[in-house]
Amino acid sequence: MRTHRLRRTSLYIPGNNPAMLINAAVYGADSVIFDLEDAIPVTEKDAARILVRNALHTLSYSGAEVTVRVNALSTPFGREDFEEIVPLAPSLIRLPKCETAEDILRADELMGELEQRSGLEIGSVGIIPIVESAYGASNLLSIAKASPRVAALNFGAEDYTADLGAERTKEGRELDDVRSKVVAAARISGVQALDSVFSDINDAEGLFDEALRVRRLGFDGKSVIHPRQVGVVHSAFTPSEREIDSAERVVRALEEAEASRSGVAALNGRMIDAPVAAKARRILALACAAGVGGEGGERR
Amino acid sequence: MSTGCGQAGTLESCDALVMVILDAAASGVSIALDGPSVSAFEEEMRHSVEETLSSLKIVGASVTISERGALDCTLRARVETAARRALAAGEGIGDRL
Repeated sequence: MRTHRLRRTSLYIPGNNPAMLINAAVYGADSVIFDLEDAIPVTEKDAARILVRNALHTLSYSGAEVTVRVNALSTPFGREDFEEIVPLAPSLIRLPKCETAEDILRADELMGELEQRSGLEIGSVGIIPIVESAYGASNLLSIAKASPRVAALNFGAEDYTADLGAERTKEGRELDDVRSKVVAAARISGVQALDSVFSDINDAEGLFDEALRVRRLGFDGKSVIHPRQVGVVHSAFTPSEREIDSAERVVRALEEAEASRSGVAALNGRMIDAPVAAKARRILALACAAGVGGEGGERR
Repeated sequence: MSTGCGQAGTLESCDALVMVILDAAASGVSIALDGPSVSAFEEEMRHSVEETLSSLKIVGASVTISERGALDCTLRARVETAARRALAAGEGIGDRL
């Protein structure tokens, strides 16, 4: 299921850099993004598009999820990006500057035509809309629900703060409200919530703090712009041994209550209600997916 | 008669710098290759260049390549980009010589 895949990190790879495209899978990110948009100057859009197309056609990226950030359909480059990339069946198209459900529906329709023409199953290529404007943020729910192709909502903080005329600080309080709205829209729609990049590649501590903060808000992962950021974000998004132990105790108490037909589960004198159980199960699922808990998992 | 020149790629590791000059008067494709992989893979590289140009219906051109360990998919991408740019720069786009 593309909506439940582990996406703690999504690593941007400039689409016109052959060395990085070849090595994309070795950096350990859960998902890689071959970028045809902001990382590529206007004069090199054609070169990046052809290079990424050939890489998708030829190279194997076993393990990592391969996605492509195309240019928006409203630009002169968007349609050609879709026409060259979709037939190569990447897992997902990352669609920038999404502001309304119509942006998703236009992409959905074009992708359906291209899939049919290429002999692919209709709907096999997913979409992750990137919401990075005030207008887009006002339509989060309709964007997330626009198509079954949507696997996650991706928040873009740099463009969003620029659109607002706000200052983006390391503390990030100016973004708490919109980030919570992204998570809420994602949860209502049954898709993941993915956070923006952290631009200072030399500030690992700041990156960890931000990643931990957005995880606590409910995000499932975060975009990264440099391979050295991958491990930092993974550690923030991977439950600690203490969290896993606590979650396991909750689940065990629930199972014992069910087995004894007592109807009410309690742990250390506190009742375990549905939200507590859901949180515990979410932590264990995340730990299991990250390979640090559950069956066969290794503890940190 | 179409003429035009296009360049693509870089001299960075794993890449190739490719220049394609369309030449309507030429009877075929001339290819000049330079780089560390040429001695081992010259035949394969020439084949890739010819196949890529043929797919664009280009039959007369001069191609200069400086490669830095580019994989075949990279070489083909750079040749295609340079060739498309040459076609776009030429006088009659679509009149493929």
